[in-house]
Amino acid sequence: MDNILSIVTFIPALAAAIMALFLRGEDEAAQRNSKYVALFATSITFLVSLGIYFEFDPANTGFQFVEETDWLLGLKYKMGVDGISVLFVMLTTFVMPLTILASWGIDKRVKEYMIAFLLLETLMLGVFMALDLVLFYLFFEAGLIPMFLIIGIWGGKERIYASFKFFLYTLLGSVLMLVAMVAMFSDAGTTDIEALMTHTFASNSFDVLGIHVVGGMQTLMFLAFFASFAVKMPMWPVHTWLPDAHVQAPTAGSVVLAAILLKMGGYGFLRFSLPMFPVGSHVMADMVLWMSAIAIVYTSLVALVQDDMKKLIAYSSVAHMGFVTMGIFAANQQGIDGAIFQMLSHGFISAALFLIVGVIYDRMHTREISAYGGLVVRMPAYALVFMFFTMGNVGLPGTSGFVGEFLTLMGAFQVNTWVAAVATSGVIFSACYALWLYRRVVFGDMIKAGLKTMSDMSMRERVIFAPLVVMTILLGVYPAVVTDIIGPSTAALVDNFNHSLAAADLSATSQTASH
Amino acid sequence: MIQADLNVILPEMILAVYAMLALLLAVYSTKDKLGPLLIWTTSGLMAVLALWIAGSGSGTNVAFGGMFVDDGFARFAKVTILLSAAAVLVMGQDYMAQRGMLKFEYPLLVSLSVVGMMMMVSAGDLMSLYMGLELQSLALYVVASMRRDSVKSTEAGLKYFVLGALSSGLLLYGASLVYGFAGTTKFEGIIQVAQHGEVSIGLLFGIVFLISGMAFKVSAVPFHMWTPDVYEGAPTPVTAFFASAPKMAAMGLFARVMHDAFGNAVSDWSQVVAMLSVASMFLGAVAAIGQTNIKRLMAYSSIAHMGFALMGLASGTVFGVQAMLIYMAIYVTMNIGTFAFILMMEKDGKPVTDINALNLYSRREPGKALAMLVLLFSLAGVPPMLGFFGKFYVLRAAYDAGLAWLAIAGVVASVIGAFYYLRIVYYMYFGEEGEEMDRNSSPVLWGFLMASAAVMVLGIVNMFGVEGAAAAAAAMLVN
Repeated sequence: MDNILSIVTFIPALAAAIMALFLRGEDEAAQRNSKYVALFATSITFLVSLGIYFEFDPANTGFQFVEETDWLLGLKYKMGVDGISVLFVMLTTFVMPLTILASWGIDKRVKEYMIAFLLLETLMLGVFMALDLVLFYLFFEAGLIPMFLIIGIWGGKERIYASFKFFLYTLLGSVLMLVAMVAMFSDAGTTDIEALMTHTFASNSFDVLGIHVVGGMQTLMFLAFFASFAVKMPMWPVHTWLPDAHVQAPTAGSVVLAAILLKMGGYGFLRFSLPMFPVGSHVMADMVLWMSAIAIVYTSLVALVQDDMKKLIAYSSVAHMGFVTMGIFAANQQGIDGAIFQMLSHGFISAALFLIVGVIYDRMHTREISAYGGLVVRMPAYALVFMFFTMGNVGLPGTSGFVGEFLTLMGAFQVNTWVAAVATSGVIFSACYALWLYRRVVFGDMIKAGLKTMSDMSMRERVIFAPLVVMTILLGVYPAVVTDIIGPSTAALVDNFNHSLAAADLSATSQTASH
Repeated sequence: MIQADLNVILPEMILAVYAMLALLLAVYSTKDKLGPLLIWTTSGLMAVLALWIAGSGSGTNVAFGGMFVDDGFARFAKVTILLSAAAVLVMGQDYMAQRGMLKFEYPLLVSLSVVGMMMMVSAGDLMSLYMGLELQSLALYVVASMRRDSVKSTEAGLKYFVLGALSSGLLLYGASLVYGFAGTTKFEGIIQVAQHGEVSIGLLFGIVFLISGMAFKVSAVPFHMWTPDVYEGAPTPVTAFFASAPKMAAMGLFARVMHDAFGNAVSDWSQVVAMLSVASMFLGAVAAIGQTNIKRLMAYSSIAHMGFALMGLASGTVFGVQAMLIYMAIYVTMNIGTFAFILMMEKDGKPVTDINALNLYSRREPGKALAMLVLLFSLAGVPPMLGFFGKFYVLRAAYDAGLAWLAIAGVVASVIGAFYYLRIVYYMYFGEEGEEMDRNSSPVLWGFLMASAAVMVLGIVNMFGVEGAAAAAAAMLVN
């Protein structure tokens, strides 16, 4: 199959179109049909995407399965994957069937709900595969629309505020990136990402409005892209939309948001910032490293005082994303490997944690921590799964969470000892809030009357968690399944980065080659 | 000689003669009962003319010693004007008929104003420019107050007339200054005098006054005051017309004058246009936030959109003109769909313009709500809709011309503007269940709404070839 990437990307959209055009009615049968169609479509997407995974050649650091067609204005429809993106594609196709399963209890406007999720999957896959700047932007931004609707229609009480904040916040970040993209198009004459990676953007310093810009054009473009990816990531201090969006979104929306949408920011740094603006990245690296360190400590502390379970996990996500940015901007093999690993691992663990909250929310319709306690009595299986993913979140060795944190810390240590030291303390804080949450919800006396009739997880819920547990352990005990695939590509990325810096004649303090 | 001249202006002549013959026919026969028939014949004729112009014309043909220029740029603008006017006439028919406003004059006034618009975009001389502009405007003043028994409608017409007359005065003053300092009213003569770096202060004043007059016609800030009131007061089909064809014509005229007459002094006027652009984008975005009347909201939206189109013009390049043309073509298409939707907003047979009335509209009419959703995101410039590509083109044009600050200002304004489009989505999708509106199931309106939304989504594949046509048109205008 020459165009397997397009096929994988557009299967969900096709299913959505079929549902929109041919599925009628609001009765129970129609609702069930939409659920099955969505589940079927996402599963097929996953199965087909396995073809990408197995055919992928890790030793080849270039783009594979490339498709290319001319488009408007000299743009291109170009898709392809390399070692950095292929696993994000797999993560997306893997998580989507689970989110559909997790939405089985939805009874309000089911058809539209499923259509929104299917379109969202297409757009997310497109982000990770696009090899044209504008095509990337198209997928990146378009994803806001279904997510806006998902939060706004099926969300909680404050859903309106959360959906508007989500949309406008991320849009504002992204439009600056759009201007930078226009500038890149103008400068390089192409929007082909492959070609742009080898294009050197000017990096001689100049003054803008009286401010001396070291790294010139590259720094400005870096900042424009940074505005977008830092919001998407989200990085402290522009993370405030995330807790709102997470709390108000329906469970499946939170899962997609945490597991996949947040990864677009990290992916963007790896795809654009480091390879295309090496000088800009180098100039700003220290700032980003410190922002990451602050994010890790600060948001962990904030997580500690939350009353709402989802908000707690949302802040913990911000903290974990801090490790990712720290790893990326350490700009060495361990750091970047670790960042990608951490993103994948967080994709599984945070998805699971939001599902865990969803399980009890479905039963009690509250996310207040204080409304629970002693769940272990009635829900032993649930307590076990919760325990497992709490450990994963904390970064216990043997779970995937450990590998990512360890690698990013190691990468950061080589570059900036202080940042690594501060970030490591964040690991301890994460243990504090995660374990404390677990204690308050699962242990203690069961005194609330409503909890006494709660039933343990159903078969469907167990089926959802099983693959997540498997992946968390697999990645934890045998990280090579990931690092073997991403290793060559990140090595090439780091190499190019250092070469570009050397060529730009900046004494690179963060070089690892000198070891 | 005269034969050749007449051949060049044949489409305009046909439309003008048609309008006058039909006027006679209607006066001497059944009068207003002819209204529906005239709507269909008028829009049919416009569509035929559009196809004819699109298919037949080639090269640059000049008539009447340079007064009238028929080139690729004019043809592109004329096709857009004719098609959008035809669409709006058909769309508004039911609305006008139900409210007793379907006078036979309505389609004929519209065709006369379209003749004026076609002259505007073909003007090669300050005289023909003014003639076209006034022909267009006078017809528009009358249709704005089509609803004679409504205070708001007559007020709209009067406001439009008084302010329009003022702007015509400004424009005339500018034209006379230009004539005085350039010694000619012909664009081809003016362009010889207005060389970069040699523009005399008097000529510069002339340019500024000309720009002010034209800025009024495109409703660019600070000459936008009439827009919300006229949009609100005029009957909705007329508002739809205002928001489409005249905007295209005015932008076409703007580009025509700036490039044909002052194309050698781009740096002298590009700053002025850039300021108009940035002011329009921001005012359009900010002022619309508080609006609850969808027609007023669309008025501010059109101000903001004109700001973006002016961004293409401000760059003063071939690509800038191409970007402006593409932007306008997309904008007009979006607007037709949006107004088809607004025309369907009725309660108890009365038109509703309050966006509150859309409460949970998506629940009752999922198909129409989805189409409107697509159009709103397209208006907001969110990918993957075609509206995004319009913005992308003008941003590229502005950046290439060294107006990076304008591009940044534009995207920031577009984020602010996104808020009020989202607010309509909010009412349609997230709102509370409220009183229901009528289920208007006019197949014509439904068709226009769906077609417009489909274009916004499917157009991203190849833009239906408009890109190439716009590029050719722009290349013919700018030398």
